[in-house]
Amino acid sequence: MPLRTASLFMAAIMAALLLGTSVAYAIAPEQMPTPQLETRYLALIQGFRCMQCQDESLADSPVNLAADMRRQIRDMLLAGKTDQQIRDFMVSRYGYFILFKPPFVLKTAWLWLTPGVLLLVGVLVALRVIRQRAALAATDLEDNDLTDA
Amino acid sequence: MIPELGQFALILGMLLAGLQAFFGIVGPALQRDRWMAAVTPAVSGQFVMVATSMGCLVASFVANDFSVAYVAENSNSSLPLFYRVAAVWGSHSGSLILWIFLLACWTLAAAVGTQRLPKAFAARVLGVLGLISFGFLLYTLATSNPFLRLDPPWPDGESLNPILQDPGLAGHPPVLYTGYVGLAVAFAFAGAAMLEGRLDKDWARWTRPWTTAAWAFLSCGIALGSWWAYYTLGWGGFWFWDPVENASFMPWLMATALIHSLAVTEKRGLFKSWTLLLAVLAFSLSLVGTFLVRSGVLVSVHSFAASPTRGTFILAFLIVMIGSALALYAWRAPLLKSDAGFELTARESFLLFNNILLVTACATVFAGTMAPLISSALNLGKLSVGPPYFNPTFLLSMLPLLALLPIGIHARWKRGNLSERTRPLILTVIAAAVIGCAIVFGLFTGGRVLSPVGVALGVWIILSSLIDPLDRLRRHITIPRAVLGMTLAHIGLGMFVISITSVEAFTAERDVALAQGETAQLGAYDFRFEGVQPVEGPNYSGVGGTVIVTRNGAPVGVMHPEKREYWVQHTVTTASSIKMYRTSNVLVALGQDLGDGRWSLRLQVRPLVSFIWLAAFIMAAGGMLGISDRRYRLQRAEAPAIAPVAAITRSEPG
Repeated sequence: MPLRTASLFMAAIMAALLLGTSVAYAIAPEQMPTPQLETRYLALIQGFRCMQCQDESLADSPVNLAADMRRQIRDMLLAGKTDQQIRDFMVSRYGYFILFKPPFVLKTAWLWLTPGVLLLVGVLVALRVIRQRAALAATDLEDNDLTDA
Repeated sequence: MIPELGQFALILGMLLAGLQAFFGIVGPALQRDRWMAAVTPAVSGQFVMVATSMGCLVASFVANDFSVAYVAENSNSSLPLFYRVAAVWGSHSGSLILWIFLLACWTLAAAVGTQRLPKAFAARVLGVLGLISFGFLLYTLATSNPFLRLDPPWPDGESLNPILQDPGLAGHPPVLYTGYVGLAVAFAFAGAAMLEGRLDKDWARWTRPWTTAAWAFLSCGIALGSWWAYYTLGWGGFWFWDPVENASFMPWLMATALIHSLAVTEKRGLFKSWTLLLAVLAFSLSLVGTFLVRSGVLVSVHSFAASPTRGTFILAFLIVMIGSALALYAWRAPLLKSDAGFELTARESFLLFNNILLVTACATVFAGTMAPLISSALNLGKLSVGPPYFNPTFLLSMLPLLALLPIGIHARWKRGNLSERTRPLILTVIAAAVIGCAIVFGLFTGGRVLSPVGVALGVWIILSSLIDPLDRLRRHITIPRAVLGMTLAHIGLGMFVISITSVEAFTAERDVALAQGETAQLGAYDFRFEGVQPVEGPNYSGVGGTVIVTRNGAPVGVMHPEKREYWVQHTVTTASSIKMYRTSNVLVALGQDLGDGRWSLRLQVRPLVSFIWLAAFIMAAGGMLGISDRRYRLQRAEAPAIAPVAAITRSEPG
C-alpha cells in the first residue's frame, strides 16, 4: 500500500469532524508504509479507548478527537517509538482509563486476581464436598438404577 | 382517551398484582383456602389489565398520538408501521411495560402449569410472581409512566433511534426479556419452596422445565442482539464485552449453572440449598441487568444522579427483592440437609465442577463489568475494562469446563464407573485432536496457540455427545427426549466453540480507499469498487456502493453497502452488506467519501461466523426438546395424588 499523503489525512479528519454526531464507525484506510507497522498500528489503536464515546476503540471511533489521537500514534510509530513507549505516553497523558486492558498495578491487582482466586476457592470447596460425599457413598451400599439427564 | 385507558388499566393491574401477592403469600401461611382460591382469578385479572395497557400503548404508537410524551419522544409519522410498534420498547418506560406484560404472560402460564401441583405451593409461586409484578408496576407508575400527556401536543415526533430501526433489534428485546422474565418463574418456585420450608425431588422436577424455557429464550435473545450488532454497527464485531452485553450474559451463565444443578437435585436430592441460591442469583442478575442497562448506571454513575427518583427506587427495589430472598434463604437453607453420597468420578462431581466453573465465569464477568464503577467509587482512579481483560479471564474457567463436559456426560449417577466408557472416550479425543489440527493447520494456515485446542475441544464435545445416542440407536433402545435435548444442546455448544475459535483466529480484515474501478485484495478475495449511487428509503436517504466480489476469479456476488442519513435525527448510519460464501461471511462496509471519487471501505472475511448464532439457536432448541420430555407431563399429573415420595423412574441402565 502506498503511503497516504497528508492531505488525505486532513480529508479524513474533516470527514470525522462532519460526522461528529454519527453512529457510523470510522473506517480508516491504511496509512502505514510497511505491513509490520500496519499490524502494530492496528493492534495499538484497537487497545486504546476513545475518550469521548462509550466502549469504542480508537480504531472504530468516528469522532474528531479519536482521529487526532490516531494520527499521534501513527507519528510516534513512524518516529520509531516502541509499542511500550507509545502506551506509556498515552497513559501519562490520559491515565489508565485509555487502556482497554487494565494494567497490573497495585490499584488494579484485585481485578486481575479475582478470577484466579475465585476459581481456586471454588475448586477447593468442590473437592471438600466431594470428599464428604464419597465417604457417604462408601457406607451407602444400595445402588439405585438412575437414568440419564 | 386511549392513553388514559392504558394508565387506568395499569393502576388496576397493580392493585390486582398486590392482591395476588397478598393472597398467594399470606393465604397458605394462614391456611385460608378461600384466600388461596382467589389467587388465580387475580392472575387472570392482572393479565387482562396489563395486556390492555400494553395494547393501549401500541395503539398510541400506531395512531401517531404525539400528545403522549413517550410516543412523541420515540416515534415519528414517517416511521414505517412495523417500527412504530417496535418503538414501544425503544426506550425506558415502554420496555418496562413490555417487561411487565411478559411477566403477566409467564404468570398466566405458571397459573395453568401449576394447577395440578399442591394448592398451597401453587399459590405461593403465584404470590411471589405477584410481588415482583407489583414492584415493577409501582416503579413504572411512580417514575416512568409512558402514558403522560404533552400540552400542547407536538406536531410530529422525534422518531426512533435509527440504529434501532432494524428487524433484528425489533425482535431482540422481546425475546431477551422473555428470557429475563422467565427466570422470575424459577425464582418464584425457589421462593415458594423457601416459604414452605420444604424442597424435594418433585420440586426440582416441577422447576426444571420453566428454568430451561427461560434459558432457551435468553440464549436466543443474546444471539439476536449479537447478530444485530454484527450487521448494523458496521464494524463487523459481534461481542465486545460491553456492560449491556454482559448484563444479559451473566443471567445466562447463572441459568446454565441452575439447569445443571437442578438435574442433580431432581435425580439425587442433592445440592438443594445451592440450587435455591442459584435460582435467587440468576433472577437477581436479570433484575440488575434490566434496571441497570435501562437506567444507564453501568455506563456512568452520574446517570443515577441525573434521575434521582428512578435511581433511589431501583436501589430500594433491588434491596427489598434480593435482600428478602437472601434473608429467607439464610433462614431456610440450613434445614435442607441431604445424606446422599457419590463417588469422585460420578456424574454429581462433574456437575459440581460445572457449577463452580460457570459461577466463577459469571463472577469474573461481574467483576470486570463493575470494576470501573468500583474503582472510581473507591477513588482508585478511572479504569476501562475491555476484551483484553475478559477474554483470558473468561477462558480460565471456560477451558476446564469444556474439557470436563465430554467426560462428564458419560459418568453415571452415584457410582464412578467411567472405566466402561474409556475406549470410546479415548477414540473420540484422538479423532477430535486430528480433526482440530487438520482444520487449523490444513484448511487455514496457522492461527494462535489456543486455536487447535479450541477447535479440538469443540469437535470432541460433539463426538462425545454422539456416543450414547448412536449406541442406543444401534441397540434399538428409545432415546428419551430429555437425553435428546441435552445432546442437541451440547452439540450446539461444540459448534459454538468451533466457530468462535475460527472467527477469532482466522478473520481477515482490511480498511481500504478505493476509486471507481479499483480493486482491493483480501486473502483469496478480490473486491472491485464500482462507485456509489444515491438511495432512498422510507425515512432516510443516502448512498449505496456497488462492490463486485470474486474469490480466485470465481464470482462470489455483488454487494451493496449503504450509508444512510435519517431525516428526522440527521444521524448517519452504516448498513454493511454481508454475503455468506461457502461457510465464510464476507462483509463490506462503506466509510467516508474521501473526495475525487474515492471512498473508504472496510472489507472483512469471517469464517464460520454465522455458525455462532446458529449454534446458539441449536442450544435453545435442545432446551425446548428437553422440556417436551414426557416425564415432566406425566408426573406432573400424578403429583398431587402421591405424597412427596422420591419417585425415580426406573428404566434401562444409562
